[in-house]
Amino acid sequence: MDATPAVDALMDQTPAIAPMDVAPLLEARDISKYFGAVVALEGVSLLVRAGQVTCLLGDNGAGKSTLIKTLSGVYRPDKGTLAVDGQPVEFGSPRDALDAGIATVYQDLSVMPLMSITRNFFLGNEPTVGVGPFKRFDIPKAAGIAREEMKRIGIDVRDTDQAVGTLSGGERQTLAIARAEYFGARVLILDEPTSALGVKQSAIVLRHIVAARNRGLGVIFITHNVSHALPIGDTFTILSRGKTGGQFKRGEVDDTQLHSQMGGGDELHELTRELEALARAERRPPAPAQAPAASHPPTPGPDQPASH
Amino acid sequence: MTSTTTAAPRAPGSDRLRDVSLAQRFLGRPAAGALIIVVFVWLIFFSISVTQRGLDAPFLSLAGTLNYLDVAAQVGIIATAVALLMIAGEFDLSIGSMVGFAGIIMGIGITIWNLPVWLSIVMAMALATFLGAVNGFIVVRTGLPSFIVTLATLFIIRGASSVLTSTVSPITYIPVDPTKIASDPLGSLFAWNLPIQLGGGATTSIQVSIFFWVLIAVIGVYILGRTRFGNWIAGVGGSGAAARNLGVPVARVKIALFALTGFSAAVLAAIQTTRFTSADILRGTGYELDAITTAVIGGSLLTGGYGSVAGTALGALALGMARQGIVFADINADWYKIAIGTLLLVAVVLNSWIRRKFAGLT
Repeated sequence: MDATPAVDALMDQTPAIAPMDVAPLLEARDISKYFGAVVALEGVSLLVRAGQVTCLLGDNGAGKSTLIKTLSGVYRPDKGTLAVDGQPVEFGSPRDALDAGIATVYQDLSVMPLMSITRNFFLGNEPTVGVGPFKRFDIPKAAGIAREEMKRIGIDVRDTDQAVGTLSGGERQTLAIARAEYFGARVLILDEPTSALGVKQSAIVLRHIVAARNRGLGVIFITHNVSHALPIGDTFTILSRGKTGGQFKRGEVDDTQLHSQMGGGDELHELTRELEALARAERRPPAPAQAPAASHPPTPGPDQPASH
Repeated sequence: MTSTTTAAPRAPGSDRLRDVSLAQRFLGRPAAGALIIVVFVWLIFFSISVTQRGLDAPFLSLAGTLNYLDVAAQVGIIATAVALLMIAGEFDLSIGSMVGFAGIIMGIGITIWNLPVWLSIVMAMALATFLGAVNGFIVVRTGLPSFIVTLATLFIIRGASSVLTSTVSPITYIPVDPTKIASDPLGSLFAWNLPIQLGGGATTSIQVSIFFWVLIAVIGVYILGRTRFGNWIAGVGGSGAAARNLGVPVARVKIALFALTGFSAAVLAAIQTTRFTSADILRGTGYELDAITTAVIGGSLLTGGYGSVAGTALGALALGMARQGIVFADINADWYKIAIGTLLLVAVVLNSWIRRKFAGLT
């Protein structure tokens, strides 16, 4: 697959904005969030600068979703602060976050498959013509913009009246990202955008993420797939059991380290040992099987590299 | 590498898209199935009529056509609102009981309280709209399925009609004085019809219900297809969570549509109360299922996010034709339910086949 070299070449381009000398676009400091007795997040910090991809890695249940929902205004943090451009902010609703330029694209909750491309693109932001009771959705204008934007992201649609359900999974994610960017997002929060996608489709989305970064957006890329994070991340933040498990810069870390930091490393080692023991046992016919995992068919780990 | 991932200029026509003919584009519309159903139903009753009585058959006459249009209109008035609500992903099973209730309120206002007819109608409309909004409010606030919530309010509203009526009348209906209706501006509007002279001194008339139906359907088509609110309706039904993330006021959209459904029930109640010069607690029984059937024949999905107001109007037309066609053909009226059930099944299968085949959707 030629996905990775293409992404690498894009990563070598300098982003449109020099990142380090300005305040971070979005910074979360010491965020804690509790649901009754459950500690979902405890003292988590994360920042994203313009022209950077911040990867947020964590196993299932690490608190990724809670953190995203806190950043995007769905939840209010119980402790800690959020800052946009260095200024402290409080989000009362997702709309507040959107108005501050923070757009979240959820894995499977971003587009309506039964609605047309144009209608999806402008849902909630429909351009209108006319006045008073005759104010109506300016569909020709919307269709024109949607067609232009789809062309810009490399999806050629003859008819933006076509239902989004006819697009591939990667194209749908890309559409959602392009839409957020078109409506003024400066920070894109992408929730597992590649987790339900095959290799080719993931490559489409990853390439688009890097392109957005190179246009100067800050991207928070949430994933549990280390092999998707490593090629495109500028910084990596690991979330483990609701706490920050480590923060790294590009080049400082490899996939083995990331895996072990995510808390999946030990389990993967354990699984490897068990499977090896099982394989040895099966090569020696008379010995009775004793591995506890024998009743389950061995499955690959959740973080199996997919695009190398 | 698929063509969709390359940024290079492309030869005319992506390899992922086919040229589609006009016929295919038509079949890609949600109302296409309903149009086929209407033609199909008409052809069936046309054949039956012609075999029975030749071209003079009542089904083919102007009077007969206006007759089934009136039946279609009565279903169509409430089905338009129900379809919009279904596209937003919700049901209203209480709409039939709301028709009865709104009528009873009009009857009590006019006959018992001696209020002007117009005031009674306005009062009933306001109350039905409010109760519709209450349905919506309960659904939105509790997050319960609207199927259950409105099933509960179906019983409550039907029961309230009986209780109210029994406190003012020993019988289960409230008569309304026709002269009051005729002398009232709103009353005479809802009771109005346009007389038409047929050859040989015979007359027929276009019932006002048909005008209301066409007006409401046209407004519905406009709202769904050409306004921001219409885009929100489909978005809310497609995925409430996603629509909310995009800034769509999901709760307001749903409550507004439930209120609209209540209002449409009151419009139908006003037509029936003034035409029959009475309000009956049982009026509207079963209408909720007629309305849902109509919306589904019209191409709306039970799961929301997809549907058509124009298709719903065609669905109402198919229902009206089938109901009166059976009467005109002197077939035992019990066959109507069998016909509607069959029609519903055929329409659902046809619609889902069309959706897969021509709109590229599953």
